[in-house]
This record gives sequence, C-alpha cells and structure tokens, in this order.
Amino acid sequence: MPEPDHSPLDTPQSTPYDERLLLAQRTDAEINQAVLQPMMQTGMGFWVLVGFLSLVVVWGLYAWGFLVYWGIGVTGKNRPVYWTLFITTFVFWVGISHAGTMISAVLRLLKADWRRPITRGAEAMTAFALMMAALYPLIHLGRVWKFYWMIPYPNNRLMWPNFQSPLMWDMVAIFTYLIGSSLYLYLALIPDMAMGRDHTNGWRYRLYRALALGWRGTEGEWHKLHRALGIFSVAIIPIFLSVHSIVSWDFAVTIQPRWHSTIFAPYFVIGAVYSGLSALASILVVVRRGMRLQEFLRAEHFNALGKLVLVAGMAWVYFWFAGFIVEWYGNEPVVRELIHEEVAGRLSPLFYLQMSANLIPIVLLVFKRIRTTPALLLAATLLVNIGMFTERALIVIGSLQRNDLPFNWGTYRPTWVEISIVAMTFAGFALLYTLFSRVIPFVPVWEIKEGRLRYTVRRIGRLLVPTAAEID
Amino acid sequence: MAKDANPSAEIHRRWVLVVDLDRCTGCQACVVACHAENNVPVVGEKQAAYGRWMHWIIIQRYWEGEYPNVKARFMPVMCQQCTEAPCEPVCPVFATYHSEEGLNAQIYNRCIGTRFCGSACPYKVRTYNWFRPEFPEPLTEQLNPDVTVRTRGIMEKCTFCIQRIRRTEIDSQAEGRIPADGEIQPACVQTCPTNTLLFGDLNDPDSRASQLARSHRSFRLLPELGTDPGVIYLKGGETNA
Repeated sequence: MPEPDHSPLDTPQSTPYDERLLLAQRTDAEINQAVLQPMMQTGMGFWVLVGFLSLVVVWGLYAWGFLVYWGIGVTGKNRPVYWTLFITTFVFWVGISHAGTMISAVLRLLKADWRRPITRGAEAMTAFALMMAALYPLIHLGRVWKFYWMIPYPNNRLMWPNFQSPLMWDMVAIFTYLIGSSLYLYLALIPDMAMGRDHTNGWRYRLYRALALGWRGTEGEWHKLHRALGIFSVAIIPIFLSVHSIVSWDFAVTIQPRWHSTIFAPYFVIGAVYSGLSALASILVVVRRGMRLQEFLRAEHFNALGKLVLVAGMAWVYFWFAGFIVEWYGNEPVVRELIHEEVAGRLSPLFYLQMSANLIPIVLLVFKRIRTTPALLLAATLLVNIGMFTERALIVIGSLQRNDLPFNWGTYRPTWVEISIVAMTFAGFALLYTLFSRVIPFVPVWEIKEGRLRYTVRRIGRLLVPTAAEID
Repeated sequence: MAKDANPSAEIHRRWVLVVDLDRCTGCQACVVACHAENNVPVVGEKQAAYGRWMHWIIIQRYWEGEYPNVKARFMPVMCQQCTEAPCEPVCPVFATYHSEEGLNAQIYNRCIGTRFCGSACPYKVRTYNWFRPEFPEPLTEQLNPDVTVRTRGIMEKCTFCIQRIRRTEIDSQAEGRIPADGEIQPACVQTCPTNTLLFGDLNDPDSRASQLARSHRSFRLLPELGTDPGVIYLKGGETNA
C-alpha cells in the first residue's frame, strides 16, 4: 500500500469532507492504537456484562437439559401447534445473519465507501447469529441425541436422509452459509491480525501470530487478498439469498393455510434484510459507545445505514401487503379465520404490535436527525426487531393454531423452558459478540487505512485542497 | 437380500376404511380398542385438556343448529393413509414413508421428532409422545406384544392395524389361500358396535368396501387438497337426521 499523506492541517477548514478528513490527520500508528486500546482496557462494566450474560446462558443450558431429560412436553407445544418459539427464534436469527453479507459483500461489490468501518461488525454478526440459529434445529428435536441421522454419513444399513425434506435443505444451506461467512470474515481479518501481532505481546501476540498466517503485507499478498475477497463477495450473494428462501420453504411447501404461499421466499429474504440491518445499526450504536469508536463510526455511516434500513423497510411493507391482500381477497375459510384472528381476534395485540413496530421506524428514519443521532437510531432499529420477531411468531405460532378441520384448532402458551432457551441464545449472541470485540479489532483497520487514501488533503502551492480518489 | 414376501403388495391391494357417518353414535369404543391394540399411552386429564391426547382415532364432535334444536354430529378421524401424503416428503430421515401396499408407514425407531409431518398433515391425525409413555397399572398387563411401545419425542399415528393385516395374511398363506373380504379387521372395525367402520380392498371391485365407495354418499375428507385419502366417508344425515 502506498503511504498516505500525513501533512497536518494548519487550520481546520470547513468542507463537506470534514468528518472524513478526521482520519486523514492521524498517523497509521495512531489508528492502530485507537483500535487496539479499547480491546485491551476492560473496565468493571465489561466483566459485569460478561458475568450477567454467562449466567443467562448457563440458565438456558439448564433449561435445555431439563427439556432433553423430560421431553418436548415441558414446552408449550401441543397438537396442532407443533412448532412454536424455537422455530420463531430460529427464523429470527437466520434473518439477523443476513445483514452481514448484505453490508459486506454487496457494498464491497458496489464500492460503497461507507461500508469500511462496519464490515467486520456485520460479518461477525452473521457468524454468531448463524451459530445461534443452528442450535434450534437441535433444540426442537424430540430425540436430539439422534440428530446425526440428518447427516448423510455412510452407514452399513445404507440409510440416507431425505433430501426432499426442506429441513435437509435448511441444514445444507445453513452450514454452507456458516462456512462461507466464517471464511469471508477470516479472510478480511488476516491483515489486521498481522497488525495486532506487530503491536502486542503475551497471549495476544501468540494468537494473532497464528491467525495472521505469516502475513507480511507484500504487494502479491494484497493482490491475492483482494482477488479472494472479490470472488467471495460474488459467491456468497446467491448463498445469502438461498438461505432465507429455504427457511421460508419450511413453511411454504406445506399445505398449512397462510404458509402455502409463493411470495414467502422473497418476503422472508427482504424481512431478513430489514431485521438484520436494523440489528446491525443497534449493535454499532452500542459497541461504538462501549469501545469509544466515535472516530471511526461517524454520522455518515449511521446516515447511510439508516437509509438502507429505510429502503429495506419499505420493500418489506410492499411484500407484506402483496401477500396479505391476495390472501384477504382469496377469502378461503381457514385463511379468513386466521386473518380475522389477527385483525380482530385473540392475535390482534401481536398483529398491531408487529405492524406498528415495523411501520413506525420507517417514518422515523425518513428524518436525517434520527438517522444520525445514535440514541434515536437505536430506538428505531430495536423497534424494527421487536416487530420482526413478532411477525415470525405470528407466522409460525399464529398460523398453526388454525387448520382445515375446526375440531383440531388449538392454542399455545409458552413455558419457562422455552423462554429460558430463547433468552439463552440472545445472551449467547451478545456474549460471543462482546468477547469477540475484545479479541478481534472491531473496525477493520486495513480497510480504514485504505479508504483514508481516498479522502486526503494535499498541498497545491499555498492551498490545502481536500481530494477524493477512486480506489477499490 | 431376500425380499420379504408381501402378499398385499403382490396383488396390489389398496386398503381402505369406510366410515358410515349415519351409523356413528360417538361411543368412542373404537378409540378404546385402538388404545388397547396399539399400546397407545394414556396422557392424563391435564395433558389431554391442553390438546395432547394421543388417540389414533379422534371422534370429532360438531354441534349443528341452535338450542334447543341441537344435533351432535360425530366424525371419527384417523390417519387418512393418503396416496399423496403431505407428511411424507417433509420428513428429513424417512421415518414416514409410503409402503408398497399404499399405506403411510411410520418407523418409530427412525423418528427423531422434528414434528414436521405433524405440521404438514392437514387432518392433524399424527400424535406426538410429549413425555415418556405411561401405562398406569394394570394397563401394563395387556400391552400388545405385536406392537412396539414407543418412546418419548417421536410421532405415531394410525397404521390401519398393520400387525393384524400381516397376521391374517400369514395365517391364510399357511392355509394356501388369500384372505377373504372382511377377514382382516383392524381393532376399531372389530369393536364398533354399530358397524360404522368397514375395512377392505378398494382395488377388488367386488369387496364390500369397494361397493360402498361407489355409493352416492361417499366422500373423502378435504378432497380439494388432492391428498387422495384411503379413508372413505359415507355422508350422514339421511337416516340419522
């Protein structure tokens, strides 16, 4: 990489590039320290948080053990509501995992410059959310100790899993996505690991040295890294589209009323993007404060991210409406009953919570002041995810309560076991993310330095001129 | 590997159960018989109230009319043994599959309990073992040795008493003949005091079941779903008005 121009500004000038020029005034060493320092200084608050999250996880593991020991009966499931909070939260986590690639791969391909400081946080979110999602297909099994029967391993009885089943597609898609996104996260991490190796000692040094794979930063290595990232960015987009489509087909390929719908795949994908981008914005606001990354995560980033959430939200409304109006006009008896339950029946509190929590943020995010004020952005994006979780609950649990024979209609009440296990994955995600942010540089330092080359100040004669350059 | 002889498959049986809704009194004797024959656990009052009863036959009761002119309608619903069964393709481990004689077989030992088949079934006739099955004394004394006792965490459902089909076939084979029409009787059919239920081969045009299936009263449950069920209902309301 060529050395950037480090000439300090004599007098601060007011230009549209002001914020971007903040970093241009810093030396590489200062940027390294600004990223590494918060990782190594951990206050009391951090350990209190880790302790609390660990407690929730341990409690959730106890609940899971209780579930395995006694049977699925300790949950609130019954006939006909065979799938409940576990599948709801599964869909939710797969949805959250979508923003990582969305931000990272799509924006990398589009050369959107504002992606730079937030890619790592997004990719880590994908990986951890997928890990949480992958727990649920295990948790919800009646005999979890037989889970390996879903894996196509050679055996002397020649018994294979059924690849006609959407659950098998799910498993293949999730593992492909988990492997792909982990590799993608790791690839972009290598130069930063080398940076960490060069600036730390002790166990961190040994860890970073191992992870850096002997990176030295030669021209050839950079070339290969950019090539690999380019290939991954393209390859991971179809995977990212397929994963949530397949999750939607878990429902859409059955003939359960309100599940059997052709719009489910794109509707789920856009919902996933909406909730994933919102979750990313929420996380960035929190991490920025917790790790004092104000210099890297600035108003322009939240502004751009807020706009993306806004667009995804409007697309979600469009898909929701396109699905809803056809079902409404179709007026089939069971669908009519389900819609009645939602709009005016027992499910109506959840329905109106879903609609308001999904629609209000769209209105809020229109305003730039809300997009660029961290606290307001946090409130708006948290609201989105409350709405999206409720939406999934209505689809999974709500729809199953009604079916073609009225005698088989049922209700559902969650139990402490289900709620504890759901809380476990939320705490587990937060715990993994928190620990990750102390071990791995949360902002990709090399990408920032690279992006910094774009906006720099050059001296032309007596003038200091902000310049923007075109680079990948 | 020597192929097991399966007379039903060889002569292309299509087992059907005919349910005459005019005859059903809702006495639930078939339900009790089914519990006894197939080692179906009793879940207890509390679980049953929460929708976890495990009867393989459900006597669905519908009220017609306004008080005082109320009529109770009974409809026994068991696994419909669909030809195009929605439960079959969704199972990730082939625990539910289509047998050679056109029945939906459930392999208890293979089931891992995803409950996907239960969600996919439009008739909701699959029952799940929510807890370890319990057989309060003296029910343990009368468990049927021909039928597996299932464990917790797996799906089960009506099999058309496959063990009775097999036993009758093997017995008659030993005598060098094929089972006569009506010789095979699932437990519910044998028990029904009003002869509501009748079991037979739809592919034999002379069988009693086949004749009833051609009756103007015959219909299948939720035919619009295209599942082609193996349970044939005879419309009620003519003599039982």
